[in-house]
Amino acid sequence: MRSDALAIQAEGLGKSYRIGRGPRATTLAERLVDVVRHPFGHGAGEGFWALRDASFEIARGQAVGIIGRNGAGKSTLLKLLSRITTPTTGWAELRGRVGSLIEVGTGFHPELTGRENVFLNGAILGMRRHEVAQRFDEIVDFAGIERFIDTPVKRYSSGMYMRLAFAVAAHLDAEILVVDEVLAVGDQEFQKKCLGKMGEVAGAGRTVLFVSHALHAVSTLTTRTLVLEAGRIAFDGSTSDGLAFYRALQAEGSGSAHAYRAPAGRSGVHLVDGRVVTSISDGLHRHGDAFALEFTLDVPEPVSQLCFSVHIQDESDRAVNHFWIYGDGPAFRNATGRFNVRIDVPKYRLVMGRYTVTVWVTDRASHTIYEHLSNLCPFEVTMEGLARPDYEWSPEYMVYAEDYTYGVTRA
Amino acid sequence: MSDAPVVRIGAGSASPLHTLREIWHYRDLFQALGTRDLRLRYRQTFLGIAWVVVQPLLAAGIFAFVFGTIARVPTDGQPYMLFALAALAGWNFFSSVLTRASTSLIQNPQLVTRVYFPRLILPLAVVPAALVDLLITLAAFAVIALAQGHGFDARLVGLPAAILLLGALALGAGFAAAALAVRYRDVQYVLPVAIQLALYASPVAYSSAAVPARWQALYYANPLAAPLELLRWSLLGTPAPAVQDLLYSVGAAVVLVLIGAAVFRGIERSFADEI
Repeated sequence: MRSDALAIQAEGLGKSYRIGRGPRATTLAERLVDVVRHPFGHGAGEGFWALRDASFEIARGQAVGIIGRNGAGKSTLLKLLSRITTPTTGWAELRGRVGSLIEVGTGFHPELTGRENVFLNGAILGMRRHEVAQRFDEIVDFAGIERFIDTPVKRYSSGMYMRLAFAVAAHLDAEILVVDEVLAVGDQEFQKKCLGKMGEVAGAGRTVLFVSHALHAVSTLTTRTLVLEAGRIAFDGSTSDGLAFYRALQAEGSGSAHAYRAPAGRSGVHLVDGRVVTSISDGLHRHGDAFALEFTLDVPEPVSQLCFSVHIQDESDRAVNHFWIYGDGPAFRNATGRFNVRIDVPKYRLVMGRYTVTVWVTDRASHTIYEHLSNLCPFEVTMEGLARPDYEWSPEYMVYAEDYTYGVTRA
Repeated sequence: MSDAPVVRIGAGSASPLHTLREIWHYRDLFQALGTRDLRLRYRQTFLGIAWVVVQPLLAAGIFAFVFGTIARVPTDGQPYMLFALAALAGWNFFSSVLTRASTSLIQNPQLVTRVYFPRLILPLAVVPAALVDLLITLAAFAVIALAQGHGFDARLVGLPAAILLLGALALGAGFAAAALAVRYRDVQYVLPVAIQLALYASPVAYSSAAVPARWQALYYANPLAAPLELLRWSLLGTPAPAVQDLLYSVGAAVVLVLIGAAVFRGIERSFADEI
């Protein structure tokens, strides 16, 4: 690759922090004690490598996601590229004006008015005064707070505050944008607007580095992803492969919790095991694919009106779906033995998010509850790669998205 | 886009020239921070901007009472109030630049850890607000002086030179203090005491002529002495400081600014990790 087509080039970037006895002496007395105890150096403090040997090249106009678990080195890499801190080893070159958003609203002062803060924050982000002035109306319009622009921001609601803060950042005119999870703020409506703006930026040929936990946003905004793990770049490739790699990493850490097995020694009418059959991998389902639930039920004594019911619950514990199996049909009614129950959903159209399964085993005649188990078989639904503008971006926008057609005719 | 700026990130330090260019590039930030300080200073205070005048007047009044009325310190023939106020204007400028520069980093941790800009901007940006205070104090001084029938003459040319010298001395010490305060919070406690001491070691409440002849050389080792006497000379026509003492102060200011900036840049790279 010719070097002038590169926006960012990093070679062996590394950052080590002192750990052990705290970062360093913070009072003169401590320092003096240090010198007496360790006259030949900084003492027993061990180096901890927050980032190690990071080498990569990013082409002009590329949008790259950076993901990784907590402590994997994402923010260190971001801080190095933003020049907030300096590397212990290696170097990097950024060609073009760099705008970095580690946080929105840096330097906002509660006593200053919205207008004053826009100019101050713009300057802090490296904008020239005339640039801010030029975009001022656009910024205020984007934030939607015209009426309060001359009110001190301490009187703003937190939503207004965040909107104004993001609006300034969104109008930063940089060739290379380095963005940390700034989208994790604000209400749904505004988040959507911000993501839209980010997409615009990425589409406008600027180089974007996007660090986020919002995997869906990463998948929408970026084509390439770096996965960091324990301070090293563990993966560098296409975003879809990167997300799969990252999910595998996560699963490794958590063990396979996607299945349920009854504790040993369980007797009476009970659920022996249960699992979800998801379409992409264990515990990961693509919106619209075939989905199934499999259970084994042990019924040692006949129950006249045995009812088996399953709820799918979303992250806020709302039941999204109920599957009821009761009446005269099912073989487990008034019978004994082990039964396999399988529920098939040909096209399961849950909206992206995390879900769990709740199971009830009851007798509708005697109102006996044999089993009530919650938070079983956690699974995640993704909408990656599915472009449908009507349900883009936000997990809480809806819980279910169905295909539909419509007709509009003149009455 | 071959003229795009190239940012190099590495383990070494940027050249001083590069730093200067960057500070120039960020001049709007300097202005924005200066404006912020000015706006915030007297917001939500009852007397507002009047404090700028009331504060030094009160201090001068106390000096006038203690040194002028009780101790009867010689004032080179000037009314004590004017004599003290002239030097206090300069002194307050010096001490406020130094004090606020020294805390400029540790009071803005969110700026230091969240966004990049040449860090020297922070101590530099305390100057505009202090300068505005100084100008208001000088205006008050002029009103009082004129009311007492005192006139000004061409010696006023010494005024900007004195202010420039005091500002440079304050910034030099301020750069070092700001950087050291990130590492050692002791600075916050030591500095006010040092400034208090320096006040009594400088010709503010009294004239340097009052210092015995055999101590004069030692007395003028304090680089603040000459510019403060220069200030009083330009405003009140008191005896001028010796040229060699002034040149010494100029040299001290240059050295102090260079050393302060060097200390600052030496620690600068680890600010975000240590603050």
